[in-house]
Amino acid sequence: MFDFLDLEQYDLFGAFWVTVQLTLYSAVGSLVWGTILAGMRVSPVPLMRGFATTYINVMRNTPLTVIIVATSLGLYQTLGMTLGGGDSKEAGFRLAVLGFVAYTATFVCESLRSGINTVPVGQAEAARALGLGFTQVLTLIVLPQAFRSVVAPLANVLIALTKNTTVAAAIGVPEAALLMKEMIENESDAIFLVFAVFAFGFIVLTLPTGLLLGWVSKRVAVKR
Amino acid sequence: MSDLSVLYDAPGPRAKRRNWLYTVLFVAVVVLAAWWVLGIMADKDQLAGNKWSPFVTDGRVWTTYLLPGLLNTLKAAALSIVIALPVGALFGIARLSDHRWISMPAGAVVEFFRAIPVLLLMLFSHEAYAQLTTIEPEIRPLYAVVTGLVLYNASVIAEIVRAGILSLPHGQTDAAKAIGMRKGQTMSYVLLPQAVTAMLPALVSQLVVIVKDTALGGALLGFGELLGQIREITANYGANTIAAFTVVALIFILLNFLLTSFASWLEGRIRRGKKSTGAVVAGTPGDTVTGGLAGTGGPTGGDGDANAG
Repeated sequence: MFDFLDLEQYDLFGAFWVTVQLTLYSAVGSLVWGTILAGMRVSPVPLMRGFATTYINVMRNTPLTVIIVATSLGLYQTLGMTLGGGDSKEAGFRLAVLGFVAYTATFVCESLRSGINTVPVGQAEAARALGLGFTQVLTLIVLPQAFRSVVAPLANVLIALTKNTTVAAAIGVPEAALLMKEMIENESDAIFLVFAVFAFGFIVLTLPTGLLLGWVSKRVAVKR
Repeated sequence: MSDLSVLYDAPGPRAKRRNWLYTVLFVAVVVLAAWWVLGIMADKDQLAGNKWSPFVTDGRVWTTYLLPGLLNTLKAAALSIVIALPVGALFGIARLSDHRWISMPAGAVVEFFRAIPVLLLMLFSHEAYAQLTTIEPEIRPLYAVVTGLVLYNASVIAEIVRAGILSLPHGQTDAAKAIGMRKGQTMSYVLLPQAVTAMLPALVSQLVVIVKDTALGGALLGFGELLGQIREITANYGANTIAAFTVVALIFILLNFLLTSFASWLEGRIRRGKKSTGAVVAGTPGDTVTGGLAGTGGPTGGDGDANAG
């Protein structure tokens, strides 16, 4: 029944490993960039607030596919950026990560901002009464509490990111969706099985993430 | 809370000076980055006037490529939402059923299609249509895109409908029971009409996701939507990749920005409204708007778990 699944011909696990790598690098990158954006969004400098708001509105309303294809056709082929050399395959991977970070960071930022909303006003007032400045209030008092309350929304962002990595197939990064496109065209008598295998693969990737982080979010939530 | 955030004191003379310093530094960084990018673009001859001018002077770019592309995008999005709405509503209500043999399978289907990338659904349905049906190859990408979007978004809408119904105060069901309504009557006369208002903002936000996801079809299935037109434009108007991407992205951003603004306007209206229960399903999961720190008014149009593109 599974004779269509010729692992010598189709590197199934390799493809899913690329998906996992794309997800992990992009997740770390967008967490960092998203936190910086959230900091800008609540900062006392109006220009930074304006920049962050504009960036988020622009990125969130652009299709991810446009961003990813633009990194390849625009940045790589037209402007010749490779982000650190290497052949087109390695550059494609890095450019895809860049695109995912640029896009996903907006959702991280919005989640964080709603997390900042859940911190009681008294926390920041007490911190200011102690004489802490903006950076100290944010990094010592508010963000630690905000992060603990947004684990569940961030888990949703991570799951969405895992699924979004399939868009990298549009620029030829050899991840799961690209392999499925190839297999579904070659193994035309087993398309339902091919689809089932890849669907199962993504459920295996996303389901434990949701369950684990759901458990974590209950453990770390600030009791109020 | 006023718009002056509580995260920092009202700036005194020193803080004002410091903020100005930060502003100047920030501007310097942005200008440097922009200068660097523009320098590369000028190097690769992407800033030349003749690469950008067709979008202003030559109407044929719009009538031959951009507008038909936009029309295809809108067509796929409209078809998807029109089909996905009733299917999603059906599954959402089925999931709330008291009969486990209805609610369990409905829940399984919804969770399955929510867990799978929409691109896989499109690729699969494209190939399935090619083998199992006699749909013409020219129109097949549209069918595949709409099928993928319907399968995925119906399951998301099912969750929105379920959340909308669950967001209503329990007294509504109790009152309907007290005057002797059956379960079906309670659902169709009491719960659904109120839930629809609560869900409207989330549904409009979902429309943004659908519009964005149609671009997948252009990139991978050869569907002639807005993104797919870039290749044609750059082939016919002298390799103006950057200009074409900028224009196409701007059209997408404008379209989605209008939808997002409409959603948040709708949400605010419903929240303030006296006639409804004030229950509202926001687009962003976990967005609890309380008297918190970063100013009130939560973001709308966010889709933490629903943005496949």
